[in-house]
Amino acid sequence: MSAEASVAGPRRARRGAGAALGGVAARVLLWGYAAVALAPLVLMAVSSLRPEAELRADPLGLPTIPEFGNYARAWTEADFGGYFANSVFVTVTAVLLGTAVSVLAAYALGRYTFPGSGLLLIYLLAGLMIPIRLGIVPVFYLFDMLGLLDSLWGLVLVYAASGVPFGVFVLTAFFRQLPAGLAEAARIDGAGEFRLFGQIMLPLVRPALATVMLFQFIQLWNDFFFPLVLIRDQDRYTLPVGLTAFFTEYGLNQSLLYAGLVITTLPLVLLFLLATRQVVDGLTAGVNR
Amino acid sequence: MAKIVLENVDKVYSGGVKAVDNLNLEIADGEFMVLVGPSGCGKSTALRMIAGLEEISDGTLSIGDKVVNDLPPKNRDIAMVFQNYALYPHMTVEQNLAFGLKLRKTPKPEIERRVKEAAAMLGLEPYLKRKPAALSGGQRQRVAMGRAIVREPQAFLMDEPLSNLDAKLRVQMRASLNQLHERLGVTTVYVTHDQIEAMTLGDRVAVLRDGRLQQVDTPKNLFDHPVNLFVAGFIGSPAMNFVTAALTENGTGATLKFADHTLPVPAETLEERPALRDYFGREIVLGIRPSDFDDAEMAAHNSGTMEVVADVTEELGTEINVIFTVDAPPLEHEDAAALAADAAGDGDDEDGVGAGLPLARDKSVFTARVNPRSVVRPGQPITLAVDTRQLHYFDKVSGLAIGHPANVAAKA
Repeated sequence: MSAEASVAGPRRARRGAGAALGGVAARVLLWGYAAVALAPLVLMAVSSLRPEAELRADPLGLPTIPEFGNYARAWTEADFGGYFANSVFVTVTAVLLGTAVSVLAAYALGRYTFPGSGLLLIYLLAGLMIPIRLGIVPVFYLFDMLGLLDSLWGLVLVYAASGVPFGVFVLTAFFRQLPAGLAEAARIDGAGEFRLFGQIMLPLVRPALATVMLFQFIQLWNDFFFPLVLIRDQDRYTLPVGLTAFFTEYGLNQSLLYAGLVITTLPLVLLFLLATRQVVDGLTAGVNR
Repeated sequence: MAKIVLENVDKVYSGGVKAVDNLNLEIADGEFMVLVGPSGCGKSTALRMIAGLEEISDGTLSIGDKVVNDLPPKNRDIAMVFQNYALYPHMTVEQNLAFGLKLRKTPKPEIERRVKEAAAMLGLEPYLKRKPAALSGGQRQRVAMGRAIVREPQAFLMDEPLSNLDAKLRVQMRASLNQLHERLGVTTVYVTHDQIEAMTLGDRVAVLRDGRLQQVDTPKNLFDHPVNLFVAGFIGSPAMNFVTAALTENGTGATLKFADHTLPVPAETLEERPALRDYFGREIVLGIRPSDFDDAEMAAHNSGTMEVVADVTEELGTEINVIFTVDAPPLEHEDAAALAADAAGDGDDEDGVGAGLPLARDKSVFTARVNPRSVVRPGQPITLAVDTRQLHYFDKVSGLAIGHPANVAAKA
């Protein structure tokens, strides 16, 4: 053992202790944040499994015997099944339609220059800056004239269109950063425009597509405003509007309410768990290249 | 396989920039043609026009016997290797190789056979199921080559395919490219800014500058008989030394004088290039290749000598580069300026050492390549033997090589 090592030893240990302390602090902070964020969700999930009487006696307790009956009742009696189906139809169709339009527009705007392409891009991006809810009155009259009021397809159209600016914004940037050589190589290999788009370009922006679709999905799934204004028939309510109807009808039945909330939230949680990886890839694309 | 012919080909970009100016080039069937020149000389543009990635502004381009000016790239039956490889990142190596064949509706067994063959040829078999991201630079480069090979096209077009590799790998790949061309015998057009690559790979080398073809010839002829100052300075490493010298005739023969040096002009040179006689009593630009110097004590050929003081010596083992100054102002010619700019531009070139010599001031910096057993040391005087049969003579104004057949023909 040299003298040098014995001097360096404690110093290194001290620095190590400092780093470890920082690590612990960061962990505590993050776990604390997670706890605060997750607690309501856990409370909701736990409460949805308890009978009404128990909930009233002890609002924060654990279920003695899991009571799945709440879900069955919410699904059929309070018509959450119908709301759920409406929400799935509207959200999925709108996301697919909106993304399809965005990806085609973004490809052309990101990879080609043509007269007016810059203007067109600005026009599309302007949609990002103007809150679409401000246009609800014209949209309402337009839909009234077109006979689209109180129709799920009408809702799909508004939603799809509202997603286009964001989709074009993200996807254009992605298409732009794909190396030009790829398209040239594919052309020389014999690919025409459509094959180039479908087999080379589209697979390469998949992370961005996932990001765009997920963002749209969350927004549309949770949207309360448009169905409230544009939909009248309770049979066509989506989940968020359905929930308010439920509050007024079953407001006093808390266990049913919790079950309804779980039904509303579950798809988003599942989607997030499944798509996180793709989304992270999309958000950090280019960071490690 | 086919020959490729460019006739009076122009490329004018919007804004009037002429990237390629009246290019005439005939690439024979099975020939390995290298386009070389400093960056911005139009070599890549020329290649991309052959590929069909750039429109041809004027002139005709034919592959085989067919004029292909307006044919899209996929119908030209050519394959291209890109500098950044341009592999499809979402496909495995196998899919990358097969993609072009699939699009051409090649039968499946045939695709499999060709992919297997190319993979074997390039040593890619273990990597067929991998994606490009999991490959090293050299492996990616080989996949890019393979993608061209499986197509069995009329011609290969290669755009600086080795420039992204490290030095050692580049030398290796250069050798295997040579081998590959020997084996496949496919007409190849190869673009590079590296004159060593050009010299080692090309059957013939076309030197371009500012969109204009300077000279096209075999590497040896380019080296021995450059048509002008630019080609002379661009080809060869270390670069040719230039100095303005007075050419005079006395009773016994002609001599060259610059600074305090005098070199005789051999009688056979005057015989070969009668045009030199027109320059008697005038100044010309003299070019001496570093390899035409040697330490006088061990020189095999000694037809003229220069007494100099070595400023810097670079011992490379197989030779010693002696860098010294000659007390004459550095050459002022647009060609020399272009070369200096190019040497300063890409730092990985080993030539152009002298240009940066801090103490050169307004002197000409020369490099001599001498025998490694020479005892020359920095700061010490040395007698250099010059092989005067190999001297190069250029017109001071036009920069053209005096008496070069191409220049004589152009004049007539």
